[in-house]
Amino acid sequence: MKYIENVSRRGFLKKLGISSSALVLGVQLPSMLTIPKALAAVTNTGQFAPNVYVQIGSDNIVSIVVHRSEMGQGIRTSIPMIVADELGADWQQIKVVQGLGDKKYGSQNTDGSRSVRRFYQPLREAGAAARMMLQQAAAQQWQVDVSETYAKNNTIVHKNTGQTIAFSALVARASQLAVPETASLVLKAKKDFNFIGKSNVALVDGKNIATGATTYGFDVELDNMQYAVIARPPVLGATVKSYNAQAAKAITGVIDVVQMPDLVEPAVFKPLGGVAVIAKNTWAAMQGRAALAIEWTDSVHSGYNSASYKIALAESCDKPAKIIRRKGDVGKALAEAKQVITSAYYVPELIHVPMEPPAAAAHFHDGVFDIWACTQTPQSAQATVAQITGVAPEQVNINVTLLGGGFGRKSKPDFIVEAALLSKQLQVPIRVMWSREDEIQNGYYHAVSYQKLVAGIDENNQVSAWQHHAAEPPIASTFSQGADLIGSEADLGLIDMPYDIANVSCGIGKAPAHTRIGWMRSVTNINHAFALCSFVDELANARGMDSKDNLIAMLGADRKIDLSQQQAQYGNYGESLAQFPIDTARMKAVIEKVATMANWQRKRAKGHGLGIAMHRSFVSYVACVVEVVEDSAGKIKVTDVWIAVDCGLAVNPERIRSQMEGAAIFGLSLAFYSELSAKDGAIEQSNFDNYQIARYADTPTTHVEIIDSDAPPGGVGEPGVPPIAPAITNAIFNATGKRYRELPLKQYGIV
Amino acid sequence: MITLSVNGKQHQFDDDGDMPLLWALRDILKYTGTKYGCGKGLCGACTVHLDGQPIRSCVTPVSAVGQQNITTVEGLSAQGEHVVQQAWQRLNVPQCGYCQSGQIMSAVALLARNAQPSDQDIEQAMSGNICRCGTYQRIKAAIHHAADLATEIKGS
Ligand code: FES
Ligand code: FES
Repeated sequence: MKYIENVSRRGFLKKLGISSSALVLGVQLPSMLTIPKALAAVTNTGQFAPNVYVQIGSDNIVSIVVHRSEMGQGIRTSIPMIVADELGADWQQIKVVQGLGDKKYGSQNTDGSRSVRRFYQPLREAGAAARMMLQQAAAQQWQVDVSETYAKNNTIVHKNTGQTIAFSALVARASQLAVPETASLVLKAKKDFNFIGKSNVALVDGKNIATGATTYGFDVELDNMQYAVIARPPVLGATVKSYNAQAAKAITGVIDVVQMPDLVEPAVFKPLGGVAVIAKNTWAAMQGRAALAIEWTDSVHSGYNSASYKIALAESCDKPAKIIRRKGDVGKALAEAKQVITSAYYVPELIHVPMEPPAAAAHFHDGVFDIWACTQTPQSAQATVAQITGVAPEQVNINVTLLGGGFGRKSKPDFIVEAALLSKQLQVPIRVMWSREDEIQNGYYHAVSYQKLVAGIDENNQVSAWQHHAAEPPIASTFSQGADLIGSEADLGLIDMPYDIANVSCGIGKAPAHTRIGWMRSVTNINHAFALCSFVDELANARGMDSKDNLIAMLGADRKIDLSQQQAQYGNYGESLAQFPIDTARMKAVIEKVATMANWQRKRAKGHGLGIAMHRSFVSYVACVVEVVEDSAGKIKVTDVWIAVDCGLAVNPERIRSQMEGAAIFGLSLAFYSELSAKDGAIEQSNFDNYQIARYADTPTTHVEIIDSDAPPGGVGEPGVPPIAPAITNAIFNATGKRYRELPLKQYGIV
Repeated sequence: MITLSVNGKQHQFDDDGDMPLLWALRDILKYTGTKYGCGKGLCGACTVHLDGQPIRSCVTPVSAVGQQNITTVEGLSAQGEHVVQQAWQRLNVPQCGYCQSGQIMSAVALLARNAQPSDQDIEQAMSGNICRCGTYQRIKAAIHHAADLATEIKGS
């Protein structure tokens, strides 16, 4: 199958009434249909729809469709960089178009740190195919051999004469040409890149952000739109017993009060239920909601209390229901060990708090949904809206706005379904907005976790045994009621422990869920890496070794780890181990790099400490060193963070650095401050005063270096997060001799 | 009927005077550059100026605005030419960008009263603005850069 198709040749452009003077190239992934149905949107709403497209118009503007969601990772800059580079485009003459949601065009699910990882190759091929066709068109026109031409700045240049011709002048001719077979595509050599790997590309949305001209989910305005907020059950599964619709309607500006359908678990992406207040503006809707005086029923989850749940998790760790990695004989090795080290780690339930809470605008008309939302996943939004409202998926158009942060929250389209249900019922355009309180109290939570680790050190001072037991409610419980054992979460820093130890056992304990469990930036890598990287540091201390030397030593010989030999089923983030191995040499390289950056060997002043941690996630490698200082009052401040990242080929180094800077703050927030607790099934925190995250005064200086690599691109958005918290607690140990094993640190009065 | 002056333009407002200025700006007058982040004065996303002073519009009722001139991010320079907007673009400050209108408005107010702020001045003046994406380090650098740009402009 051809991967790339000249859409104009297939006659769609004419049929759709699009100017035939445009060259449109589509990247088609294997096993996908080729009709760019959503391209129709070009004429209707001025928006492209499908996967990845290059379009060149008579104005010589190259339009590039970004089919992934922008939430701060810079994908609306990085995708065009890749395409424009191969195409030979002029950065000043490109236009970035956000793609509609449509499953025909491959995954748009913008999570798992995989936009560049999965699309680097197809995007390059799209750009190269377009460039080669334009070259061929120019060669025909000039009657020269195509090898005498090259592309530069939206023109084709004739090498010998220096003559140039604009892309736009070649559109008609190029549109008649066959698309080159993938095998015949000539991709640029790395040394010839103009944009890929360069740090001087300005953010595509930089100016609009600085002038307030961007549109986020909260900003979508539709004609005659009404504003809705919803009172949702404080406890998962509770339902409305009674409410005062009249009181709400008495508020000026309130238009309607609508009871939402009750949630039947599993929650999946269904709305939570409750009562919606629809009004002329947000303020009236919020006032109306406050007047509802809802009484709620109890739920099966009303007995959920964080304090007792923590005890239950600890007990569950002691009787694992399943062993998920086994090597050698841990029991025997521990019995024979000279020293046995045991530690337990606790990370509370956490929530995303993107600066923009969820919001979606829906307009149901003529049997069709037009929806605008800050979604990470327009396709599952489309499928879920279709399923719940009974409208065919083809009739559900999902437009992706900018996202004011995502972090995994906006992968769950429950909020979009709410807007769709209300618009369909009331037959008006509706925008549903979540308040901060809604976002914190009705979230898809990062699971609370308890972990117990035991290690044996033998008479040669070698670590001879490693046992890691974890109990945490699984993401699966959100999709299958009653699921109480983690699944692929174990692949995120639990079973992929990379240290060279002869006897290893990893087990998981049962943990029934009482809230919706979701995924949050780097997911269970957060807690697993906290335990793993802390415990390895504890072993360094037990062995009387320098923390960094211990890491290198424990990694053992350079090798690619094959977990299948150890009764472990490892998912490797959906990638093959052949292409993306677990490579201890790359681990050592980031450790050595970061140690140099931080001048690890230096003498540390009194009250100062350095901590180090390394973690591989999303097939990228990150090592960090943190410097902390303890003041005379015993308060800890993180002054510096050094990060060395090996994410394979670095497509957009500038955004990689910014993601690492952000990851340092994200990791610091959860290490220092963030904690949710449940009382009688309800989350007790509500806003930034009691669910704290880092602010200016907490901000360290973050130094980032990217390892030069030709390996295929790995993830970037998430891998920076996991090693931060353990590097902080390791640094605190280095500075003070105190080891903290439970987060957040604010409970100890040291931050 | 209340008259609101936003970015030099007069608007008639005849809704609830208790409505926070944030929602009046966004929902009624359609200045959507000003953002909602918490509604409680905790995050700074909604920061606008009243006669040059930065305030949290989510906790400021319309009735309290009176004759004061409101400036939103749209009122700095639609072309992004204000030195702070320039610095933000040059240093690629934003990640998601959602908090940045509020950050920019706080930064503009800081520079108006302190042309060369120290790191500590910045930390203090900006402490009420949260950025979940963690762009604090770049914002600090951009404020210094904007201060330098402003001096250059004055000097030239
Ligand atoms: S929205 Fe006003 S301070 Fe957060
Ligand atoms: S840039 Fe995303 S919250 Fe600040």
